[in-house]
Amino acid sequence: MTDTMLSISKLSVSVSDKPILKGLTLDVPAGQVHAIMGPNGAGKSTLGYALAGRPSYEVTGGTATWRGEDLLGLEPAERAARGLYLSFQYPVEIPGVPALTFVRAAVNAQRKARGEAEMTAPEFLKAARAAAGALKMDFDMLKRPLNVGFSGGEKKRMEVLQMALLQPSMLILDETDSGLDIDALKVVADGVNALRSPDRSMLVITHYQRLLDYIKPDRVHVLAGGRIVASGGPELALELEADGYDKFLPEAVA
Amino acid sequence: MTTALDLSRPDTFPSKRDEDWKYTDVRRYLRAAPAPSPTGAVRGGGPFFDLGGEGLTFVNGVAVGDDRFTAFADGIVRLRFVSDANGTGHGAVATIGVRAGRHLTLLESHEGHGSGYVAHNRLVIQVPSGARVERIILAEDIDDALAVTQAEVTLGAGAAFSQTVLTTGAKLQRIETRLKHPGEGATVRIDGAYLLTGKRHADLTTEVDHIGGDGLTDQLTKGVVRDEARGVFQGRIIVREGADGTDARMGHHALITSDRGEVDAKPELEIYADDVSCAHGNTVGALDESALFYMQQRGIPTDEARALLTEAFLMEVVDRIGHEGARELCRAWLAERL
Repeated sequence: MTDTMLSISKLSVSVSDKPILKGLTLDVPAGQVHAIMGPNGAGKSTLGYALAGRPSYEVTGGTATWRGEDLLGLEPAERAARGLYLSFQYPVEIPGVPALTFVRAAVNAQRKARGEAEMTAPEFLKAARAAAGALKMDFDMLKRPLNVGFSGGEKKRMEVLQMALLQPSMLILDETDSGLDIDALKVVADGVNALRSPDRSMLVITHYQRLLDYIKPDRVHVLAGGRIVASGGPELALELEADGYDKFLPEAVA
Repeated sequence: MTTALDLSRPDTFPSKRDEDWKYTDVRRYLRAAPAPSPTGAVRGGGPFFDLGGEGLTFVNGVAVGDDRFTAFADGIVRLRFVSDANGTGHGAVATIGVRAGRHLTLLESHEGHGSGYVAHNRLVIQVPSGARVERIILAEDIDDALAVTQAEVTLGAGAAFSQTVLTTGAKLQRIETRLKHPGEGATVRIDGAYLLTGKRHADLTTEVDHIGGDGLTDQLTKGVVRDEARGVFQGRIIVREGADGTDARMGHHALITSDRGEVDAKPELEIYADDVSCAHGNTVGALDESALFYMQQRGIPTDEARALLTEAFLMEVVDRIGHEGARELCRAWLAERL
């Protein structure tokens, strides 16, 4: 047994028969935060969706394991119950389902799948109030339909609130900083940082270095042309910020 | 159709050649007059029993007591159309009135037992000036029944009528409401929801005829169709010449969750006045795949995610019910059938 939580090997993924990921290899050890940076269209979001099991993201080769278990053979909800959480770049609006109802259904579905006791309504409400308070969210907002009419910042806070309540062990943050002003970014980053722990890994997908000032990565990888083309420490992010992605574009790499 | 439907006269049975019945072809299933249903017995208190009020019950078309009710005070009347027959037919006529300025909650249930019956229910509802009627219908016919319900509603100036139909259909089922809208501050809400499985068919047909100005009509119909079921929505709003200031909006939205389900929608706005505000929207689609994936990603299994989304979709109609007790009862009724 190694301390590698997420192990991706030679992963290839197509969307509508178009290859996007072309043999991506990446290991994320327990307790570490790895950043995935790259130009637009490099396949960053595709990596998140493929790991979460989104239909129409077709895995054409390679493997992805989670604590040694094949992730790609599981249903999306099974992956979630094992601790995988994808924070969406564009969280979905769900009319007619109050945010609280939704999150409680998710918490209890995951608990049920793991053979744990469901959370009672009072237990859940107490936890939800605490989580909302920490994120400086108006609790009444959680009684409204999930994400409907929420601002960009409110939607991202909802994503972090769900993380706090679901307590996943593998977090994938897809462009969590997009659409956030600096104050909202700090609140969201604080929420994510509060979840850092030795038994929780994170994959932070971002186009800009800005988010990494607040969520400090252990490793930074550059994703271009469907592969990891460079890896390094946090200084790599600063280098990218200064020099851009040009030298990593597929033409330059090939 | 020029002649009103009469179960004893096959020449009055509408067919798809009648424009108003093109999606609900009674003659396809019924060519001869059905044998009259025998007298039946009342079972239980009906789905609205717990909400109390007065009762008006028809069993196989025969009134158990009165066949008409006039509300002199604010209150509830439970109107039950019970069918308990096998291969026979029956018709009922109920007359509902309310005194000026009074509020009536009309809780109507269509309760089917037996097999292959033909039911024809007619209602005459009069809502005079300043009176308010909220009609809520739970229609639960059996798989192989043929059921037609036709209501004629007349409103006075400043009256308010609101209606919510919830139905699971039948082999062939139509619930039709025709309403004369005088305008003059009168308001109408005319909603419905259908949830159909198997080979069931439900047809919600409405006609609101604005004959005077300054009237309001607000309509929301939603439906979910599974398997090989078929949902029909025909909504007609007429705004007569001179009915200026009319405000009418109509929405029909349906989800089809199978390859062989069908929805036929015919929204019609006929406007002969100049200064009106009318809008309609009609959509037919599938469950939102991105919402489904989002829910699954948070750990909600596929079936549960589908049920939650379907419930949320239909409950928008239930949320518009004014009577709180009836609203909660309808919410539970629908949730049990998802």
